[in-house]
Amino acid sequence: MQPTHSSRRILLPVRNWFIALTLFLALLLNLIPFGRLPGIPDWVALVLAFWCVHQPLKVGMAAGFALGLAMDVVDASVMGQHALAYVLLAFAAAGLSRRVLWFPLAQQALHVLPLFLGMQLVMLAARMLGGAEFPGVLWFLSSFTAALLWHPVTYLLLIPQFRPEDKDVHRPI
Amino acid sequence: MSVVGHAPPPFFKRGPAPLVRLAFFVSLSLTLLIADLRFHTLEWARLAVATIAWPLQRATWVPIDAAGDFQSSLLKENENLRRGKLGTANLLLRQQHLEQENKRLRALLDMRARQPVEGRIAEILYAARDPFSRRVIIDKGIQHGIRAGQAVVDDVGVIGQVARVFPLIAEVLLLTDKDQAIPVEVQRNGLRAVLAGAGAGMMELRFLAANAEVQVGDVLVTSGLDGVYLPGLPVARVVKVDRDSAYSFARITCAPLAGVERHGLALVLGERTALPPRPDDVLSTVEQPSRGKRVKKKARP
Repeated sequence: MQPTHSSRRILLPVRNWFIALTLFLALLLNLIPFGRLPGIPDWVALVLAFWCVHQPLKVGMAAGFALGLAMDVVDASVMGQHALAYVLLAFAAAGLSRRVLWFPLAQQALHVLPLFLGMQLVMLAARMLGGAEFPGVLWFLSSFTAALLWHPVTYLLLIPQFRPEDKDVHRPI
Repeated sequence: MSVVGHAPPPFFKRGPAPLVRLAFFVSLSLTLLIADLRFHTLEWARLAVATIAWPLQRATWVPIDAAGDFQSSLLKENENLRRGKLGTANLLLRQQHLEQENKRLRALLDMRARQPVEGRIAEILYAARDPFSRRVIIDKGIQHGIRAGQAVVDDVGVIGQVARVFPLIAEVLLLTDKDQAIPVEVQRNGLRAVLAGAGAGMMELRFLAANAEVQVGDVLVTSGLDGVYLPGLPVARVVKVDRDSAYSFARITCAPLAGVERHGLALVLGERTALPPRPDDVLSTVEQPSRGKRVKKKARP
């Protein structure tokens, strides 16, 4: 596994506990009460999309569903709203995983941006059909910040998999 | 698990296909959505998850609390004074209304014993993250005797109503939420109406005839007809009256008087004793809303 498919760098295999830990930390970040401040990214969606792209065999729709239920409760929103959105996000991200890793990071961010926007549209549709008020266009800003964070998050989450830098002349990988 | 769009060779056993799993989880989510939106049957599950998540939530505030500890002792004293003021504000709020009422000699006609009010001071912890509704979280819950349906006021007027209670916290549905409706009367002339949230921090007086006697600047107070809010608590001020003859109803926009969208301290009023039961009539078969506050969305005029 490489950071991107065009990279010459080989990564160590991912550890399952690290995936679980990062998803849990993302959930904690989402619990910080920012109120209605626009542009705060949905950390769970970001990390979930990342693992669905990089490890589609390990993280998928079941994880999205469980995290979505947790978010629905702590968010005081309707049960199933985040669950539905995260399941669709996980499906789309996993579908993208074979393709998007061929691109450099900036273009990867452009690929995941529509996924985040689509996720927000799903939530919007679910709630507007239930008669809620429109939260305002600024609410969609959080998708853009999440896409901007794709680059740093990729490095952050892949740190444990990077091989040590010491070169072995006899084994030039 | 197999990757979406890339079916493994049949000799790899990787469980159901991605599309099957997608259909399963989506239908499960939709079931939850409908169960919660239409039938409100998932409160027990919400209570269980919220109780488990509470320590985590509390843990995430540690950095924020640490930042708040820098405030000086003067600020803390200020806070305590405000807290004390809030306890007595409740009585002051109703005084103005009582004066008006005396002026109109209504008290002579109907000397129903006014119910004593007690309240519990709560701190508004944060606004709920959900951008589709207007809710705040307060730091009192079931353990402090808070029940769903209680009215919440600050030192100026009504803020909203307790919508959900958890063991240590409670969710308050603000007046400006679209789902929230409150029976009010115009303080100037006693005209009764229903005030509903209109989103964007504003409210709307619904179902008043185009020639209703409402002026810009009128103060609306609770009428107490619902058995939830005490009569005479200030709610809102009329900011715009739009009498379009094309519609049978006037479009009356109001701004809340209390700091509905601000944070700080609030007072959760005790439950009112129930009003006497309605006499039986033809409408008695119509299901009454359980707490008399969630009014289903009606067609806009």
